Amino acid sequence: MEAKQNNWHSELKKNTKALAVWTFLWVFTLAFVAFGPKFIWNENKIITIVMIIINTLVGVGMIWINRKHLNSQDPLQRKISMDAMAITLGITLIVGISYSMLDITNLISFNAEISHLVFVMGITYLIAMLIGNARYK
Amino acid sequence: MKNRIKVLRAEQNITQAELANRVEVSRQTINAIEKGKFDPSLPLAFKIARLFNLKIEDIFQDEE
Repeated sequence: MEAKQNNWHSELKKNTKALAVWTFLWVFTLAFVAFGPKFIWNENKIITIVMIIINTLVGVGMIWINRKHLNSQDPLQRKISMDAMAITLGITLIVGISYSMLDITNLISFNAEISHLVFVMGITYLIAMLIGNARYK
Repeated sequence: MKNRIKVLRAEQNITQAELANRVEVSRQTINAIEKGKFDPSLPLAFKIARLFNLKIEDIFQDEE
């Protein structure tokens, strides 16, 4: 029984670490794609395409490990995570469309950038996780 | 859903953390189940029942 307990905890820890590593790798390769063409490889198209492919593949890996991490959580942790994801999806969709409409109808003077939406997603997920954890304390 | 986990734990002198470890969940999950804030999944309910050598319906009761 003791070995089984440790297995569950160590599996969750291992998957959490793996998720952190893959997320870091994805952000790192994304930074390469964003800044590399101008500052490192002088707009070479082939290198840029290769880096975009690498970034996409790392992104797929990150999604896969995120699913694995979710499945290694216990039922309550999974519910809190799934609720946070559902709220994030809904808010991103609604805010994203409204934000885009503001841009299309020229009600805002600047362009609606996808990075703004990613920021909203991150903040929403973080707040939803904090509220979820507080609710079941 | 009401449950008798707290009583059963007290009878067998098991802490929330010990029960959580034995059924492979976090202590937060056991606490939420005991307080009726969270209904366990069927596999988790079976694990808890098996641990106390009882049937699921002897531990969990529908409030309706």
